[in-house]
Amino acid sequence: MSLDRRDFLKLSMAGIAVGAFPGLAFASSEIFRKKGQRVVIVGGGFGGATAAKYIRMWSNNKIEVVLVERNAQFVSCPMSNTVLGGTRTIADLTQSYDTLKKKYGIKLVHGEVTAIDTEKQAVMLAKGHLKYDRLIIAPGVDFMFEQVGGLNAAVAEESIPHAWKAGAQTTLLRSQLEAMPDGGVFALSIPKGPYRCPPGPYERACQVASYLKNNKPKSKVLILDANPDITSKKGLFMAAWKDLYPGMIEYRANAAVTQVDVAGKVAKTEFEDVKADVLNVIPPMKAGVVASMAGVVNVDNRWCSVDFLTYESKAHKKVHVIGDAVSAALPKSGHMATSQAKVCAAAIIEMLQGRAPDQNPTIANTCYSMVSDSEAMHVANVYRFNAEKQAMVAADGGGVSAQRSETEGALAGYWLKNILDDVLM
Amino acid sequence: MKMIKQQLYLITCAVGLMLPMAGAHAEVDKHARNLAASCAACHGTNGHSVGGTAVLAGMDRELFVAQMKAFKSGARPATVMHQHAKGYTDEEFELLGAFFAAQKR
Repeated sequence: MSLDRRDFLKLSMAGIAVGAFPGLAFASSEIFRKKGQRVVIVGGGFGGATAAKYIRMWSNNKIEVVLVERNAQFVSCPMSNTVLGGTRTIADLTQSYDTLKKKYGIKLVHGEVTAIDTEKQAVMLAKGHLKYDRLIIAPGVDFMFEQVGGLNAAVAEESIPHAWKAGAQTTLLRSQLEAMPDGGVFALSIPKGPYRCPPGPYERACQVASYLKNNKPKSKVLILDANPDITSKKGLFMAAWKDLYPGMIEYRANAAVTQVDVAGKVAKTEFEDVKADVLNVIPPMKAGVVASMAGVVNVDNRWCSVDFLTYESKAHKKVHVIGDAVSAALPKSGHMATSQAKVCAAAIIEMLQGRAPDQNPTIANTCYSMVSDSEAMHVANVYRFNAEKQAMVAADGGGVSAQRSETEGALAGYWLKNILDDVLM
Repeated sequence: MKMIKQQLYLITCAVGLMLPMAGAHAEVDKHARNLAASCAACHGTNGHSVGGTAVLAGMDRELFVAQMKAFKSGARPATVMHQHAKGYTDEEFELLGAFFAAQKR
């Protein structure tokens, strides 16, 4: 309990400092007056929304939770490739945050974070600031457009969508597919790992091919992969491409797109210029920009290293990072983000009461890939904390489906239904 | 006075009965809860599946453990569960089983 007095002193000092030198940070007003213990969560995706719900649920609503999210609604990235295939719409993947507010008493702030002050323990927005005892950064990924000449955020929104965050760009890519002539080329560029959702690009190739097979059978899907090989479920994807879409999908390894000609829809690699009718460039990724604001990006200038017992940043105390932004031998998936969120939520509740967190976190991941309008396959693993390595390590016995099947296609739908319920309801 | 003493005694007994449980099992329960939380993606919050998968909430503990062992050994064929089951110890099956059995259906 020595912690209490020291913290109190520190807080008092901080109070004096603020009083004496009112910095720019506190020029704004406090959005919600902080009374008791509070966790502020920035980012309401799979990780952030789950952390919000579970901190409330597991603390019996004793810890206040403020969730900051820029979008008005939650849109699921998992299964959003099926919007391209045509079995779902973005509306099917969109949900409200209302239940988190009403059922769990989570305070929701819609807005963009402009700065984070880890000394004063405050998050700044245009409309004011929020003080915290613990901060969770769940920023997902941002794109390194600068690594692809000619590409930028505006181009992605208007003509060469990455559609790697579900939403308007997914719908744009679908409409480009619909407008594509029969006999056209859909070029898909995959960045070097690590990136969000390892099997996602290969699933996307399947979904695009599924649409083309039924509507524009003379067309081609060309995969330009920056990686030396298919990074996930290789055998299963190759079998799906051969069996379901014979002659339609062409795969090229070690083919990083470094430049695009936006007007001409040309993707340039070290070896060739590829002219496409629809160009879908998924740029390299890094932790969402909010992580940089908190000063917790400390791996390769891209990702965040954390303590896997608590997800507390190795760069800053009292700042936790979960989900895709974390540097780990863990897949950047929705399920993984929720599992990390729960370990983090449990740890924060214990730490705020001066107790030690669970010393043996063990978490699971299941990712389905829809390879047609009805069939899916999965990869599943359990990850256990290894104290010697201070890392999460895959347990024995994990793996992929024996084969794709309609049973798994149905299970993939139920996975989505259950995980969305777990995150938001 | 006697009534109050009796009531106090009863309360003390009740608390006395509860405390060892809370003391001995609180941490264990939280670890079980944390373990179980990862199952929610497919089986719902606290095992309350909203469709397509087994409702684990309220499942008989021994049945749960037996099923997990059967998935692990391959005695019960599965699409996914054999891979998850192999990642957990038999002791963890017991913790998970006790946690899910305690959830109201």
